[in-house]
Amino acid sequence: MNTREKILQAVLKNQPQTTPLPDISNFKGDHTDAVQKYINVFNAIGGVALLVDDIAEVKVLINKNFDVNKRTVTTLPELGDVAELISGTVNPHTYEDIELAILQAQLFVAENGAVWLTDQLMGQRIIPYICQHLAVVVSAASIVPTLHEAYEKIGTDDYGFGGFIGGPSKTADIEQALVLGAHGPLTMTVFILR
Amino acid sequence: MTVGLFIPCYVNQFYPDAGKATLQLLQKLGVDVKYPRKQTCCGQPMANSGFEHLSQGCNDLFIENFAAFDYIVAPSASCVLHIKDHLHSHENEEQALTIRNKVYELVEFLTDILNVENLDATFPYKVSLHHSCHGLRGLHLAQMSELNSPPYSKPQRLLDMVKGLQQVTLDRADECCGFGGTFCVAEEAVSVKMGKDRVRDHTKNGAEYITSSDLSCLMHLEGILQRSKSEVKIVHIAEILNSTL
Amino acid sequence: MKNGNMKQGNKKDHPALAEAFIKDEERVDWHDGALWYIREKRDIASRQIPEWESLREAASEIKSNVISNLHNYLLQFENNLIKNGIIVHWADNAEEHNEIVYSILKAKEINQMVKSKSMLTEECQLNEYLAERGIDVINSDLGEYIQQIDNEPPSHIVLPCIHKRKEEIGELFHEHLGTEKGLSDPTLLTRVARKHLRNIFLSRRAALTGVNFAVAETGEYVVCTNEGNADMGAHLSEVQIASMGLEKLIPQKKHLGVFLRLLARSATGQPITIYSSHYKKPREGQEMHLILVDAGRTRQLGRADFKDSLKCIKCGACMNTCPVYRKSGGLSYHNTISGPIGAILAPNLDIKKHADLPYASTLCGSCSNVCPVKINIHEQLYKWRQVIVKEGYAANTKAMTMKAMAWTLSSPNTFTNAGKAGRWFLHNIPFVINNKFNLWYKQREMPESPKESFAEWYAKSEAGKPAKT
Repeated sequence: MNTREKILQAVLKNQPQTTPLPDISNFKGDHTDAVQKYINVFNAIGGVALLVDDIAEVKVLINKNFDVNKRTVTTLPELGDVAELISGTVNPHTYEDIELAILQAQLFVAENGAVWLTDQLMGQRIIPYICQHLAVVVSAASIVPTLHEAYEKIGTDDYGFGGFIGGPSKTADIEQALVLGAHGPLTMTVFILR
Repeated sequence: MTVGLFIPCYVNQFYPDAGKATLQLLQKLGVDVKYPRKQTCCGQPMANSGFEHLSQGCNDLFIENFAAFDYIVAPSASCVLHIKDHLHSHENEEQALTIRNKVYELVEFLTDILNVENLDATFPYKVSLHHSCHGLRGLHLAQMSELNSPPYSKPQRLLDMVKGLQQVTLDRADECCGFGGTFCVAEEAVSVKMGKDRVRDHTKNGAEYITSSDLSCLMHLEGILQRSKSEVKIVHIAEILNSTL
Repeated sequence: MKNGNMKQGNKKDHPALAEAFIKDEERVDWHDGALWYIREKRDIASRQIPEWESLREAASEIKSNVISNLHNYLLQFENNLIKNGIIVHWADNAEEHNEIVYSILKAKEINQMVKSKSMLTEECQLNEYLAERGIDVINSDLGEYIQQIDNEPPSHIVLPCIHKRKEEIGELFHEHLGTEKGLSDPTLLTRVARKHLRNIFLSRRAALTGVNFAVAETGEYVVCTNEGNADMGAHLSEVQIASMGLEKLIPQKKHLGVFLRLLARSATGQPITIYSSHYKKPREGQEMHLILVDAGRTRQLGRADFKDSLKCIKCGACMNTCPVYRKSGGLSYHNTISGPIGAILAPNLDIKKHADLPYASTLCGSCSNVCPVKINIHEQLYKWRQVIVKEGYAANTKAMTMKAMAWTLSSPNTFTNAGKAGRWFLHNIPFVINNKFNLWYKQREMPESPKESFAEWYAKSEAGKPAKT
């Protein structure tokens, strides 16, 4: 008998009498002022959330708040004149020196300040983690109040990789002192398109 | 109604005044109280150490002594909790079950059974309430700080009825004092450190008296208070509620 | 980087290790305060969710369903992993797990790996195993990295170096990373670590992660970090390995909503960890492996009183609330998983070595209240004590004392005839013996012996007559 069979047999023998799954359909959030709630939570975490009218405004703010002379990449074709379009096929190591990455997210969650995006929207999986600064564009209509609604929306979408990202990377491992910028980006900006 | 008074072994030997106050308070409230002479102990010290299987003798004696009463009341949350959770008998399981359902710690007996609304008591001092873990998380005498649930407190409600008494707010409402039964000697360093930290919380917030439903906690805190020659004293809640200074 | 022997401390038990920790009272107060603060943050976060207690109940029921249907969920999960292109391995114990990791790396001629937080691999002592075979592993989580360069195990499952002062960390960085002597500013130290570890991520071809949650329904797994280190390692790697305890499964994707709402709030008071990464398929050209590990879990599964300990989602909330943990430090538990949950998991692994752990508690019950999956930790601690005694691992002196106590207390005549107030205690209850060997007396005054006991007073008084009002 190999290990797999041994373990499965032991599990089958030892597992207790079955108990049912609970109904979790009643866990729901409140949509009221969800976008404002998101902004409050995200700013409190140390991120910057901004309401904008359109991509043109995003472009203006990017030029204003970031040094676009340093390597800037994006998956949004509309930003092709301020940033390099990400290639899905090159070696991820070649993105080691990116300063700013501007990506899109599928949805964002009011209760915890997180955005959700999959590898299709990342261009390359490494992008939102390896950049020094991360900017995400998301449509206001894609707000959800809690993770319950988020997973409802994500549903059975297929992807190779997907992530919730809830702010700039951080650590408090040294005497519980909060430091923004651990191994992931030092800052995170979310542009919410009205 | 008849009430059998259960006085824990160490209360009997070291803090008889708390036992007297309990008896007198119940009598004042019109209760017919008797103290069965042959009682000894609830068996908790053995069970908590892993020797539950040796407590059968204690259990049977308890049943014998207390089966006949309508209620059993004790000035000790931890002993009452132990009886409620662990009183079983090979021969008398039905009686054991009956007893588990009618044993009460003093505070909960006053609030839940006697529905006391006022007390003729006076205790003009600054008093801080120590929630014993057994009373709090075991008997639910008050809301537990960990839970996202509505607040309530049976001991505080009773203390609110005492004239002249000023209640002190603690930094940490319900952290364990560190007595823990044989833990107090088996893990002496941790036990004392926990006790010292609780004493500091009570003291720095201005307590003159520390009170509780459990004299095991108070005995431990008192040992630390006296070693540091503190002016702060301990007093069982029964003595406050029975006090007419 | 030092190879080999970790600082285990002496093979002392919890009381001795705790006593040593407590000697430095200033440090204990600081450690205790830091963890209590995290407990308070958890409380605040939990009160942001009105349905918090219902959420805990749901999580508890989901996990009960998982462990009672684990066999089928494992098969479903494995099936989906394979469909997703992930290579599945099964390991019975630590040795087998470590061998599997080694063989995966050897096949690719890889001799360097970067690892994100995995308590399982810590339990298996993976780093040591690989080091002995010429493979260098670096822990990329800052707290774990610090512990690694200090040759010490993590003291807390979420906050690995919570017991260290920043000056000590500064000293370690000076020694290992060449920072200025005396530098202890957390931000500056973190920046140095960021730079150093970035090179590690970029140069290592293999990355290993733990698993926070594994979804049977879809064959994906979730890794939660604040630092982004799991993703930095994984997305640059040619070979990605995930080590997972059998019990980390959850049935359906939507259940992640329940668990991710509870995990970070319980652990640190955050609404969510910065990164909650869902790994499902390998990248183009990448190899992904997942190792399912038993290492004592099926045995615990078969213990009716203790199986619920497998519901644990490793949040650490029980450690933060436990006054014994806060005042004795995680390293005094001599087990990878320490604190209350460690005390109910460890005896299953080695009852002799860990017989002291269920006694490192006052059974206050705070842990059970903060547990997001409602494990009855304090009840299991009590039950382990019964097992430890029955199987003969209780200290001899304790057994003798207990038998004497049982005999005295079950006989009312013996009890009363023990004479003057207090005398029977002197023979039977350890904490009352009035001599210098009495541990009670070391730092506490003895309770006074009153002139008569309650029973004696009652006998003399007019028993049955109401008191004067």
